[in-house]
Amino acid sequence: MPGITREEVAHLARLARLELKDEELDHFAGQLDDIIGAVARVSEVADQDVPPTSHPLPLTNVMRPDVVRPSLTPEQALSGAPAQEQQRFKVPQILGEE
Amino acid sequence: MTVTELVSYEDALATYDPVMGLEVHVELGTKTKMFCGCSTALGADANSQTCPTCLGMPGSLPVVNAVGVESAIKIGLALNCSIAEWCRFARKNYFYPDMPKNFQTSQYDEPIAFDGYLDVQLEDGEIFRVEIERAHMEEDTGKSTHVGGATGRIHGASHSLLDYNRAGIPLIEIVTKPIQGAGERAPEVAKAYVAELRELIKALGVSEARMEMGQMRCDVNLSLRPKGTEKFGTRSETKNVNSLRSVERAARFEIQRHAAVLSSGGTIIQETRHFHEEDGSTTPGRVKEEAEDYRYFPEPDLVPVAPSREWVEELRKGLPELPRVRRNRLREEWGVSEHDMQSILNAGAVDLIVATTEAGADSAAARKWWMGELARRANEDGVDLAALAITPEQVARVAALVAEGSLNDKLARQTIEGVLAGEGDPDTVVEKRGLKVVSDEGALGKAVDEAIESNAAIADKIRGGKVAAAGALVGAVMKATRGQADAARVRELILEKLGVEG
Amino acid sequence: MADLIKLTAAETAAKIAAGEVTAVEVTEAHLARIEAVDEKVHAFLHVDREGALAQARAVDAKRERGEKLGPLAGVPLALKDIFTTEGIPTTVGSKILEGWIPPYDATLTKRLKAADVVILGKTNMDEFAMGSSTENSAYGPTGNPWDLTRIPGGSGGGSSAALAAYEAPLAIGTDTGGSIRQPAAVTGTVGVKPTYGAVSRYGMVAFSSSLDQGGPCARTVLDAALLHEVIAGHDELDSTSIDAPVPPVVEAARNGDVKGMRIGVVKEFSGEHYQAGVMQRFNESVELLRELGAEIVEISCPSFDLGLSAYYLIAPSECSSNLARFDAMRYGLRVGDDGTRSAEDVTALTREAGFGAEVKRRVMLGTYALSSGYYDAYYGSAQKVRTLITRDFEKAFEQVDVLVSPTTPTTAFPIGERADDPMAMYLADLCTIPTNLAGNAAMSLPCGLAPEDGLPVGLQIIAPAMADDRLYKVGAAVEAAFTARWGHPLLEEAPSL
Ligand SMILES: [Mg+2]
Ligand SMILES: [Zn+2]
Repeated sequence: MPGITREEVAHLARLARLELKDEELDHFAGQLDDIIGAVARVSEVADQDVPPTSHPLPLTNVMRPDVVRPSLTPEQALSGAPAQEQQRFKVPQILGEE
Repeated sequence: MTVTELVSYEDALATYDPVMGLEVHVELGTKTKMFCGCSTALGADANSQTCPTCLGMPGSLPVVNAVGVESAIKIGLALNCSIAEWCRFARKNYFYPDMPKNFQTSQYDEPIAFDGYLDVQLEDGEIFRVEIERAHMEEDTGKSTHVGGATGRIHGASHSLLDYNRAGIPLIEIVTKPIQGAGERAPEVAKAYVAELRELIKALGVSEARMEMGQMRCDVNLSLRPKGTEKFGTRSETKNVNSLRSVERAARFEIQRHAAVLSSGGTIIQETRHFHEEDGSTTPGRVKEEAEDYRYFPEPDLVPVAPSREWVEELRKGLPELPRVRRNRLREEWGVSEHDMQSILNAGAVDLIVATTEAGADSAAARKWWMGELARRANEDGVDLAALAITPEQVARVAALVAEGSLNDKLARQTIEGVLAGEGDPDTVVEKRGLKVVSDEGALGKAVDEAIESNAAIADKIRGGKVAAAGALVGAVMKATRGQADAARVRELILEKLGVEG
Repeated sequence: MADLIKLTAAETAAKIAAGEVTAVEVTEAHLARIEAVDEKVHAFLHVDREGALAQARAVDAKRERGEKLGPLAGVPLALKDIFTTEGIPTTVGSKILEGWIPPYDATLTKRLKAADVVILGKTNMDEFAMGSSTENSAYGPTGNPWDLTRIPGGSGGGSSAALAAYEAPLAIGTDTGGSIRQPAAVTGTVGVKPTYGAVSRYGMVAFSSSLDQGGPCARTVLDAALLHEVIAGHDELDSTSIDAPVPPVVEAARNGDVKGMRIGVVKEFSGEHYQAGVMQRFNESVELLRELGAEIVEISCPSFDLGLSAYYLIAPSECSSNLARFDAMRYGLRVGDDGTRSAEDVTALTREAGFGAEVKRRVMLGTYALSSGYYDAYYGSAQKVRTLITRDFEKAFEQVDVLVSPTTPTTAFPIGERADDPMAMYLADLCTIPTNLAGNAAMSLPCGLAPEDGLPVGLQIIAPAMADDRLYKVGAAVEAAFTARWGHPLLEEAPSL
């Protein structure tokens, strides 16, 4: 596997919404490179014909009936909000789809 | 933004062949959300239908709504899809404030339904088969209100307010395979497909599929390729086209825009675009610096869904007749033309007419009232037929009163007017307004005698065999009874009293 | 009063039920102990004095009314700060949730309350349970009561330290890669990771959903069993919860016995990373099991060698998604909202300020492992390793009833030693991780002190899924034999604080 570059770390940080400082980028680039280098061993099994395990239990079809349960009160829902207005969560301007 | 000179539709189609992909999101009409027990009822106070799960609070977990899965299977079956024997939910990871967990619980490479088709009927009766790629389950986002910008737009807003009542409401996303070969009819096919899908969803009873309420939303993907070539061109994705007419217009606009770009030697960039209701145009969305990478992976908080074949077959047995098949059957039963049937459909009158016949009216009468007097009223009031304050049962009762001769057309119209005005059911209105046809033989006989007496000359003509002259006497009787008599009976009485055979 | 804090949970409950002592007296004794030593130990992030006393008073009132009390009624407990508690702060050891007061109780919290267990407060932990030392807590490290300059294990170091320092006879931990068992091992206490799905995860702040499992921590095997029975059982709010009766763990703990059992020693759990004194005590434990009548079988689980690598792909991947919700919009910290910045920027600034280095590292690692082009090589392969490890366990359990190993390769290391060497830190979970990947059950209990440093060594017992009772049956036998050999519980050798 190729090493992980500083640019890649910057890209990952953007995807993960982390405003990393410059020195963090360098630091993490080195560490992530070490870790990925080590854990890349798993690809030894990549071409083995083994089903992947996504869930540790062999459960299927766990469903609930379509019956209304009590919700939180709006006060409870908003109790931890950093800001609120008109019983809604107040958030900074959203850049996005018009 | 550069304004593109559009190429005329005909010129575009002379050179290029459109390929379309339609992605429709349907909000299910379940009582609760997809992954929590919060109510989905409309019109509630902001954030009053939320819980730790649909607010994405730390520690909360999802549990699948069984009716959500059942509805997905029904939709899949109605679209002639295969139903997965085993499938999983997946997380689609991206940050957006209206999505509390910053991932959407959706399905990725294992949709619950796949590989189907829907036959749609175009205006001229031609059937076009639209192939279905997949139908999968997911959840809706919250609603943001943008404050401070112009007209509530996101652009220039100083901040936004979020209400998560809608977050987590079940959605089924239905994706077509590339629709090829529609040629110039592509926009019409797009509209007919969405219309047919809407009818189907309603017939299944899984959603009211009201586009104007956002219960059904359509994305139109479109590309052009030079006529006679195989390879698809680059597509544009026009998001949230939310009416049947807009679907048709968006497809048409994009065909013209793509053609303009391509014929001037330009290239189409793959991007999302927004449709504008006002002028039918589309404009590009925000250009993102980096390509989206949703990092899908199987949702570890939910276990796989493995619908048993017994369940699937049971649901298949319970499917209603397909809307198109039903429409054609009714058209034959009612003996109306394709064109009339289309009008009935466009007026949203099919189910009302059926319900009226089920309540005892004959279909001609049911059609007559719904497509005549009532359609006129709905149009005047600017509401749907179904929203009028009269039920099919009440219309059927009016029809019955006419059939038995208690009301004539004019009185029937007044009765309907009374019902719509909230004066009660038809019998009450007839009673209160005194609308009943004068059927008291004594009173009617007296009125006839009076008419004969005061029109002796006409009466003689009739006695002499000129039966056609009876009309004048009937008119006189009707006038005397202020229209509340059964004209046919009046005529009978006149001829009887004058000793003439009818 | 000093005696009250040394009692086991079973003894405490019996005394309260018999009216020999009140729940309020027991609670006050523990609150006093916390007052006296927690400045040094720093096991607690939040002590709920009033709430605890109110619960205790309710238990005493119940008893006075003649109502039947549950087996742990009135017994104090230290709750890992990863479970939501309505009205009581829940931080998960992170700055990003500082001051957050959940509007709801976790299912586990509800069950503890329903069983009249007295919740003393919330314990320190590695931020979002990521770590093996509790040094990653945003609120400062916890000291190991055996040596306050050493780590108490992690992520549940606050819970293990609270037990070892006699601040509570019971505690709750969560185990994603060993966060119950490794802290138990290095503090000389007992910790159990139940079968995945045995204890509801509803209200337990997620780190890695397919690996996380809450479980009991105590000073004795029986106490752990009593707590296990209270917290385990089906929960309709957790789709991955097992809908089956809880195995008879208390009965097993009361009847410790290994006679005629086949016990496997995993060959792969030894080698260069293992401290000599740890291996010595482990080998003695195997001898003891043989003396107690068990048949010892050497077992090979070749895929275990890939366990650590698979774990450090799966756990970061899931956490990168689970932690995306901490975005400064609905709860928790918000940084940089000056009226000009976008939501996107405020989210990024808040996460930068609110997450510690280990959390950022794992979030980025997971983001990487899931990104397009890498998914198959990393996440996909890791999931295959998971299958291979599960198969190794299945094969092993065809031959033996339980497996044993050291819980962790070394004794408690000094605070700061591995703080910025993630790979060295990750080795602490070498022996515990395979169980999380396969979803079966395991326990750690004390098996002596390492001669070279005089610090506790943990013996790990591993059972098949849904056979949690076997852990208690074997654990109780080992505990009884060792206690008889030592003449007292191991913890009595810890220096008094
Ligand atoms: Mg979608
Ligand atoms: Zn909810």
